[in-house]
Formats: sequence, C-alpha cells, structure tokens
Amino acid sequence: MFTKRHIISTRDFSKEEIDYVLSRAEELEIYARAEEPGDGKGRGRKSDLLKGKILANLFYEPSTRTRFSFETAMKRLGGEVINLSSTEASSVAKGENLADTIRTVSGYCDVIVLRHPHEGASRMAASFSPVPIINAGDGAGQHPTQTLLDLYTIKREGLLDGLRIALIGDLKYGRTVHSLAYALSLYKATLFFVSPEALRMPDEIKSDLKEAGAEVLESTDIKEIIKEANVLYVTRIQKERFPDPAEYRKVAGTYRITTDLIEENEDVIIMHPLPKVDEIDVEVDGTKNARYFKQTFYGVPVRMAILSILLGKEEMG
Amino acid sequence: MKKELKVVPIKNGTVIDHITAGQALNVLKILEINGRTDAVVSVVINVRSKKMGRKDIVKVEDRELKPDEVDKIALIAPNATINIIHDSEVTGKHKVYLPKSIEGIIRCANPNCISNAEKEPVMSKFITVSENPPQFRCFYCERIIEDASRNIC
Repeated sequence: MFTKRHIISTRDFSKEEIDYVLSRAEELEIYARAEEPGDGKGRGRKSDLLKGKILANLFYEPSTRTRFSFETAMKRLGGEVINLSSTEASSVAKGENLADTIRTVSGYCDVIVLRHPHEGASRMAASFSPVPIINAGDGAGQHPTQTLLDLYTIKREGLLDGLRIALIGDLKYGRTVHSLAYALSLYKATLFFVSPEALRMPDEIKSDLKEAGAEVLESTDIKEIIKEANVLYVTRIQKERFPDPAEYRKVAGTYRITTDLIEENEDVIIMHPLPKVDEIDVEVDGTKNARYFKQTFYGVPVRMAILSILLGKEEMG
Repeated sequence: MKKELKVVPIKNGTVIDHITAGQALNVLKILEINGRTDAVVSVVINVRSKKMGRKDIVKVEDRELKPDEVDKIALIAPNATINIIHDSEVTGKHKVYLPKSIEGIIRCANPNCISNAEKEPVMSKFITVSENPPQFRCFYCERIIEDASRNIC
C-alpha cells in the first residue's frame, strides 16, 4: 500500500496514501499523549515500537514546532534522536555541501528529517541517502508533514467529507496553503480563497485545483464567506510583501480574525499553521472555535504515523 | 531569374528544418555543436516560410543525428523536422517529440532551487507536464518553466 521511501512533496501522495497515514495517526494518537499516573484514566500509553531506531534532525533553518514534534514523536515511540541544531557548530560552517552531509549523517541514523533554505533540497538529499528523508520545509517549497497534520486536524473534527474551507491571508507566497489546497482537492473540498488583491492564489494553482475536482471561489472579504465555511485556515500576511507600511497595516487589519467576526458563524473552527503574530485576536485563543494549539499537538501522532510507516513498523504501538 | 539558394544542399548529414525563428543558435547549443566540433555546419536564421512565416534551418554535414539527440530541441523548437540525407537523397524524415524528462540543457528559473546551488553535485532535471504549450516542472523545486529558450544552460 505505502510505497514511499521518502516524504518530499504533497504531490507525491495519492488520496489512498494520505488516508492510510491519517488512519495510522489515529491508531497511534494514544501514544502521543503524556501518560497520566493514578487511577488508570490516564489518556497516554507507552510504546517501544521504534526502540533501537535513531532519527537525525537536520535543521538548517529555525524551527520550534516541527523539530520538537518530530523529536517527541520519535521518543514517545521509544526511539532516539540526534540533532544538528546549529549549522555554525558543524561541518556546514566549514563549507561542506548538503550532499556530503547527507552521505555522512545517513550512516549514523535510520531516518533523516531535513529543513533547508533551498527549494528542492530534500528531493536532492533523497538521491544521496540510503535512509528515508522527510522534508520538514525546503525554502518556500514543500512542507508535506504540515499538510498531513492539517488534514488530520480536519479529519478529527469530522469535517473532511464535504469540507468547506476558507484559506485566508497570503495565498500567493504561502507554501502551506499551496500544499494544503492541493491535498484538499483530492477530497473534492470547496475552497474559498480570501486574500488581498496583491496576494491572490496564483492562476496556475487554481486551474490545477479545479482540474483535480475542487470547487474554488475567491473573495477579498472574510465577511462574505464566513457563514459559508466550516473551517477558517488563517495564515500570516508578511509585512515585507508591502512596500508601503501604511498599506500593510490597512490590509492586515482587514484580515484579522476577531470574536465579533466569529459570532457570524458560531460553529466555524479556526486553524493556523503558527507562528501567528496578530492575524488572530488573542481573545479568540480561548474560544471553542480555536483549534490551532490542538493542531500543533496533532503534529505528534501524524509524525509518529509517518515514522512508523517509513521504518517498517506498521503493527500497533 | 534563377532562384538563389541561401545554403547549398548537403550530400550527407542531417537537416533540421522548421526551427522556431531565432532559435537556431540555441539548437546548436543543445546539440553541443560549437566551433570545436569537426562537422561542417550551416545555419540560416529568419528565412521566409510558408507554414511558419519565418523559420531557422540548421544543416550538419556528415553526421546523422539520432532521435534521442534531436528530441531535446523540441524544448525550444516544437515544430522542427529532421531530414536525414544520404547521397543527396532524403532517406529519413521525422518530427521531434518532447522527452518525458530532461536532464541538463535548461536550468531552473528559480534562483533558490537546489539545482542552482553551486556547491551541490546536482544536474537540473525537468518533467514535461504539457506538450502544447510546452511546460516543464522542475524535479527539485517543482517550479513550472514555460519558456525553455530563456533558460538554456
């Protein structure tokens, strides 16, 4: 069923393969939670499924959630983790190329998680590595495990079938929204693209999505679609995209999620790949609609699923 | 008045006709024909054509170009036709077909693509996603390239 040796791009996945990862994540979620001592009502359970296996985290760029959640996923399944957390303190600082680093590190571990500033770095790394490479972000390119955890969050909310999702913010440059939109097209979702004129979803991506079976609608105003959507997927609008700071402030204000806005649709859930800055009012964090912190937690079971599949441990935890 | 031929017919070799006007020099580049090769080569640029308005022609003497060599030129000259000449007779005539994947020849237009990183031992690679209009997806960064002629290595 699952033939991937490396996890590089969302495009490499069929719907069946995504479904398989998501159902595997559901099986493993109980091992992702902390054990609670005492009366046996604890939600977490221990596992040594990946005992004796070593994961190497190679991060050439900063990361909090992705690096920690891979590390947690590996350790909760009994595996071990080695880290390259600072390129200054390694051969990279001496000018070693990525290909050589991969050839070296792949001799020390069973799986490599790579984040690199160049687009396509993971695809290239895969051709030099005898162990699986997992792309944890390549420049402005792909970040497939983020997409999988987004899908998992939507699935856990029971919304994956017949989904009506609004992708909000920077749809032109945002890598997460491109991969997510592509994956959602496999589920025939209805996609609302809500962005300032200058940051609209590129035409070629829109036509790809329509061809794949998604229904695509565009708007520049969240209020227009808030009642229509069951998920708002919010992304950050970066200041540096606007030459004029005043224009940025105006635009960013228009796309901010507030409690007043949510009143228009009480059941809507709000997701965000994080880090968020000020695109969601802090008051929203405490509402029943916010899912972004749960979403970051789901990174653990999803990455557990991927690790267990790639390392050939597909039995239960 | 006698019609004057701009380039005389060749006795043996390959004639690449119907090249998109202005692309003849890129064709030579793709075929790796340069001043250091022995072959006698004639190039005609922007000649009138009934079918195409303007076209380029390249003639390579005493060398029979193989289909997998010439198919690469479909990247920039999708209407090119290949004529193989033996003893002044056309013995083979075929079109060019875009290969499914292309290594080398063009470089990725994305300056931040790993295939453009100087230190890495990697050659550019593209997957053909559409033949008409020709479109190629970078195997590494997935950027789509539409005008290959602007990105010849």
